Amino acid sequence: MIIREKAIKYGDNVDTDVIIPARYLNTSDDRELASHCLEGLDRDFKEKVKERKIIIAGNNFGCGSSREHAPLSIKTSGVKAIIAASFSRIFFRNSINIGLPVISSREAANFIQDGDELEVDFSSGRIKDITRDKVFEINPLPEFIQGIIKSGGYINFVKEDLNK
Amino acid sequence: MNDKQKSQTITQKIIAYHCDRDHVSEGEIINADVDIVLGNDITLPIAIKEFNKIGTGRVFDRDKIVVVPDHFAPNKDIKSAQQCKFMREFAREQEIKNYFEIGKMGIEHALLPELGLVLPGNLIVGADSHTCTYGALGAASTGVGSTDVAVAMATGKLWFMVPRTIKFMYSGDLKKWITGKDLILHTIGLIGVEGALYKSMEFSGSAVSKLSMDSRFTMSNMAIEAGGKFGIFEVDEATREFLKSRSDGNYKIFRSDPDVEYEKIYNIDCSDIKLQVAAPPLPSNAKNAEDLKDINIDQVVIGSCTNGRMEDLKISAEILEGRKVDKNIRVIIIPATQNIYLEALKKGYIETFINSGCAVSTPTCGPCLGGHMGVLAEGERAVSTTNRNFVGRMGHPKSEVYLSGPAVAAASAIAGRIATPEEVI
Repeated sequence: MIIREKAIKYGDNVDTDVIIPARYLNTSDDRELASHCLEGLDRDFKEKVKERKIIIAGNNFGCGSSREHAPLSIKTSGVKAIIAASFSRIFFRNSINIGLPVISSREAANFIQDGDELEVDFSSGRIKDITRDKVFEINPLPEFIQGIIKSGGYINFVKEDLNK
Repeated sequence: MNDKQKSQTITQKIIAYHCDRDHVSEGEIINADVDIVLGNDITLPIAIKEFNKIGTGRVFDRDKIVVVPDHFAPNKDIKSAQQCKFMREFAREQEIKNYFEIGKMGIEHALLPELGLVLPGNLIVGADSHTCTYGALGAASTGVGSTDVAVAMATGKLWFMVPRTIKFMYSGDLKKWITGKDLILHTIGLIGVEGALYKSMEFSGSAVSKLSMDSRFTMSNMAIEAGGKFGIFEVDEATREFLKSRSDGNYKIFRSDPDVEYEKIYNIDCSDIKLQVAAPPLPSNAKNAEDLKDINIDQVVIGSCTNGRMEDLKISAEILEGRKVDKNIRVIIIPATQNIYLEALKKGYIETFINSGCAVSTPTCGPCLGGHMGVLAEGERAVSTTNRNFVGRMGHPKSEVYLSGPAVAAASAIAGRIATPEEVI
């Protein structure tokens, strides 16, 4: 899979309370959640995401709560991938489980600037910053996790396993 | 494999035991059996929808699922009521034994240990990040998302990456009023909010053995605020005493091998630790409370899965007894479970709180996450015994939360600004 999208860049420790404030957790409707995505951090996110669909961030992206509403609201907003210097453990796991591609690359996350055009090739493990003409190699994910991604999320993966 | 490689931490041993192995290596991904699967009114509705997609129809074991409406319960609005109803109907349909209705419930991470539902050696997952609280009992317990809980409910299994362990050795005597909250805020201040990312935190040392179980729950609870996967204590006399009336003693105790290699060991002298406050917007902004005396506040919250237990109410009552809350401050005290509430009532603490001018609430997570029962307006500031002080955590994005233990919270309630007990008693 190859995606070509522009970047929206944020800083360190983007927590789950700014991704989706708890006052909106009285629903599990993904469209409604998406309408408040990143509201606590960037009021313009909803506009930006119409044109730019890769989030770039610093350390510890998604820290805080285990609320799956956070990656769900990002995915439903149309974001195709998140590239961060590092991710909080639960957010990383939740994203993989719901089929939202998350890539840990400190080098790429530091280098890529807001608005840059990017090409991400998940099969060869490569991020290209087209704007600045630079290529980054991605560390491959463990085989087991790749299996979940290939199935399109953990639920499908488990269903396939149960039907074996 | 040489002897050193064979040596394992408590965390490795518990995970190995749950996948029928003698040994697991750090970094390895395994599929393990879980003992308890927990969900609440925020996270379980999504988990139920995902569970229904799997198609097993029934949960793997109705005795091993725990369901607690605590976040936006008692229902704060119609949408929350719908979520709670959806969850309640699922619990009934699946005949889940451990569903706790309003009136019998408590904040999940205070309730499960109190009822003896979580035990040493258990492998526990919950769709709530503070599920790491049960590490205080020598369990490997961690927060996961709703999809993970859906899979765990259907199959009784979940994938885990075996984490590396960082050991924290606490020594020295604690100063007056210091509790587990001060130790853990100091620790997070030392290592940062990602200082234990993907790691197991093992709490040990001579000072820890003197800590109450309530203080240990507080410390394990906040392991996640340093990015930790587990926050685990070894079982000792205090653990056994806590469990005496709560279990039949039929649990497995694991200990780290003495020659095991830790990723890092921190030696922390507790005799130097003063009352701590974490300034916004990160739990790692730990400072001495005495250096923040010019910070005025609007609200104090004493409660939550972090600090809503007997020790917290006892300290608060000791400071508030015979004194009045500052006229400009709202104080909300939330005993974490019905049993804690009742015990505090019998001991006269509730009367003390009400006479001082505090509001006392039925158990709920409410204000901690800006849900209900104490949401902050623009520009307002709270001192709170809860666990997070992120931007907008307790309400308006331009409100602020200062995290503390019960002593600073109660003293601040009287002073109307951040204060230490010595200033008000």
